[in-house]
Amino acid sequence: MTSVGVSHRRKEGPEKLCGLAKYIDDLSLPGCLHGVTLRSTINCGTIKSIDFETGFPWQEYVRVSAMDIPGRNLVALIEEDQPLLADRKVMHPHEPILLLAHPDRAKAYEALKHIRVQYEALEPVLTMEDSLAVKRALYKENNVFKSFLIEKGDIVKGFESARYTVEGEYRVWHQEQAYIENNGMAAWVEPDGTVTVQGSMQCPYYIHKALVKIFGLPEEKIRVIQSATGGGFGGKEEYPSMIAGHAALLAWKAKKPVKIVYDRAEDMPATTKRHPAIVRHKTALDKNGKLLAQDIDVVMDGGAYATLSSVVLSRGTLHAAGPYECPNVRVRSRVVATNTPPNGAFRGFGAPQTLFAVELHMEKIARAVKIDSLTLRRRNLWKEGSTTATGQVLSESVGACEALEHTVKKSGYVRKVKEYASWNRNAKKKTWKGVGLSLVHHGAGFTGSGEVYLASKAGLSITEDGRLQVLAASTEIGQGTNTMFSQIAADALGVPFDWVEVENPDTKFVPNSGPTVASRTTMVVGGLVRRAALAMKEALAKEGLVLKTPSDVKKAAKLLCGSEPIRRFIVQYEKPAEIVWDDATYKGDAYGAYAYAALVADLEIDKTTFEVKINKLTTAQDIGKAVNPLLAEGQIIGGTAQGVGYALLEHCVYKDGAMVNGQFTNYIIPTAMDTPAMDVKIVEKPYSRGPFGAKGVGELPMDTPGPAIAAAVNFAAGVWITELPLLPERILKAINETQGQR
Amino acid sequence: MKLKVNGKSRSFAGAPFKRLIEVLREDFGLTGTKEGCGEGECGACTVLVDGEPVNSCLIPVCSVEGRRIETVESLGNPGKLSPLQEAFMERGGAQCGICTPGMLMTATAWIKGGGSAAPGAIRECLAGNLCRCTGYQHIVDSVARAVKGKGGGKRR
Ligand code: FES
Ligand code: FES
Repeated sequence: MTSVGVSHRRKEGPEKLCGLAKYIDDLSLPGCLHGVTLRSTINCGTIKSIDFETGFPWQEYVRVSAMDIPGRNLVALIEEDQPLLADRKVMHPHEPILLLAHPDRAKAYEALKHIRVQYEALEPVLTMEDSLAVKRALYKENNVFKSFLIEKGDIVKGFESARYTVEGEYRVWHQEQAYIENNGMAAWVEPDGTVTVQGSMQCPYYIHKALVKIFGLPEEKIRVIQSATGGGFGGKEEYPSMIAGHAALLAWKAKKPVKIVYDRAEDMPATTKRHPAIVRHKTALDKNGKLLAQDIDVVMDGGAYATLSSVVLSRGTLHAAGPYECPNVRVRSRVVATNTPPNGAFRGFGAPQTLFAVELHMEKIARAVKIDSLTLRRRNLWKEGSTTATGQVLSESVGACEALEHTVKKSGYVRKVKEYASWNRNAKKKTWKGVGLSLVHHGAGFTGSGEVYLASKAGLSITEDGRLQVLAASTEIGQGTNTMFSQIAADALGVPFDWVEVENPDTKFVPNSGPTVASRTTMVVGGLVRRAALAMKEALAKEGLVLKTPSDVKKAAKLLCGSEPIRRFIVQYEKPAEIVWDDATYKGDAYGAYAYAALVADLEIDKTTFEVKINKLTTAQDIGKAVNPLLAEGQIIGGTAQGVGYALLEHCVYKDGAMVNGQFTNYIIPTAMDTPAMDVKIVEKPYSRGPFGAKGVGELPMDTPGPAIAAAVNFAAGVWITELPLLPERILKAINETQGQR
Repeated sequence: MKLKVNGKSRSFAGAPFKRLIEVLREDFGLTGTKEGCGEGECGACTVLVDGEPVNSCLIPVCSVEGRRIETVESLGNPGKLSPLQEAFMERGGAQCGICTPGMLMTATAWIKGGGSAAPGAIRECLAGNLCRCTGYQHIVDSVARAVKGKGGGKRR
């Protein structure tokens, strides 16, 4: 009765379908106050005064400012540069300054209108260019949060022997995660002084770490509980630490529970976005289109504080050269500070930006070398035994070729290239048609030595009444964590899927299995769950017990728990000995394994409105092993749809460093009509270190649509656009420019 | 004021212009209906009024006085899912679940109104309900399955 590989039904599905799952806004806490946030209206400067209108009933409100913070005024993450509440200095629009709470939600919001903040504003730095030129120093002396350098071989030699040299510049902007449930957090203080928060989140232990510093309390006096979470996509990776800190401070001061739930118009402009990026490529090729050298330069916009920018940049850097073998590579990258709200985690985490650039650049190379881009990719893609830019030798589980060939065949790519070229020559047609191709890789788990630092723990427990529970801080945010962990534990233990439950992520009960990010949940934490289950199985085997019937589980409970209410089997991450990584030189095995995906976009453009309509997306993705094929397919389709939005629709309009279209009325995400039918094939090239062969799947599908759709649009309209999103006005402009040149 | 909610009659004595979503969630404890935007764009708050899907974040409660309101709580329970909910379980129609109650209500009206199982038609019907997780395909599959009467709906 194996469960891995079977599309078991989503564990928490029935509660969600019946409207019974409790998201944070659904939770009623007796005596709860509503918290609201006063935010800066300038980019950069100093707070001169905060004036509270006289005559307003301030006695009804609880107020918290930076001065009230018992511990450190800090959102602890990687660097310690971001305050929980601005204290004199303001670094970006929408920066939190002051908190208020009131029993009535409307009255809480009303009060914000009766506070006047006087600033002394400074000239802000709003662009990457101005930041690099150090128009004003925002972070250290050069505004660079982090920089990386990857070097392989000798690029000078590579360019000397080149038959072709191709240069290109590619640009992408902010993208909003647009989870349908806004951010929200409740907090209260237990009678024993434990500060407790519950809410929408991806990473309970990030919040835990932040609260320990904010309150200066010992770890056991902080408790973080996840409520049902209505989507995350990275958007609930780090920002919830901020909201949790705010809610907890208000609750601590008010001595009452406090809930902060953002509305959309607050959530969108104030919380993190995908990093904008400028990527430059210079590539050397021989006469057959074999890569000789890649020189790549990446700049990302981190916003006002460091948050996760260094890690986003790292992943972006490590994916910048694409899944191609090249003897000489240099990647230089940096992420810089601007007076805009901090950018942060979003599915793909830097890779969609750099993979867009390298994949679209492959199209440019193909034009220059005068071969088609499919042949170009076939000649250069990674195979088993290939060496990456960091010098990692790919010894197993390389499905790039399978993914590419399946996608090309299934989509009829080659035929359509010819067909659409002739269609487009017919001036009478009302549309232009195009097809475009992309091929990507995505490293699963934390970068380089990240997993070693995390040293994650996860486990499996059995209670005295015979309940088997997976213990992990990995959150269910829609991706199917609960279901997959149950399947993995069930198979390792040799019991049916239904016998295994998953404990709710609550720092009081679950160990720190690290953040729910980086496509690491199945591969890394799933691997720990499997080992914990094997440990339990072994302990039972020693007693001569094999779990076959429910009564065996009762027996096991007696044997293992003894007189205790619960027995836990907890295991910790151990780095496989053969994985070697050097942080100083950025050389070695950047990731244990990579997942691969190819995608063909088939679309047409209306000749009068310049609107793009995607007719079909065909994709094949090598994820090692689909623990639950239906859930994996759901991740692929959902991630691809977000990529479609990134490519065509999603445009964060920034004015003076702040997002001005922060609502669903004007920030457009794909609807069911905008999202095309998708043909998805899962390729399984097992990874020996992943549980049952699994690699990551969460982020991979986000990487493919941008470059494939851009290639298809360029093909269809006969233009060369190197920037996303491909809005009709951008296409029209490119057409006019191209015709002007003729 | 009197309302008929999920077959039961309820009375409401608060402000007549309170939004229906707040009355359902706060006064009647029916938190299955979700708020995603509060401005009529996302459809997470969809409920049925006299069988028609409406955005409950946009309408004042007084405008539905005496009318028949159905929310997700009227469909089924975890022990006995409705055929449409069964279809969502079977075809992966719910991921994070926040858009799901709204999707289910829109789809319920579609099925009751004799809507077709053609994917294009279902996509059009669901165009007012945003989902950020699924990319819609599994939702469309789920609804189609229910329309066809497999794990739900009446065969038409
Ligand atoms: S909450 Fe009503 S449409 Fe979004
Ligand atoms: S399932 Fe998450 S928004 Fe639809």
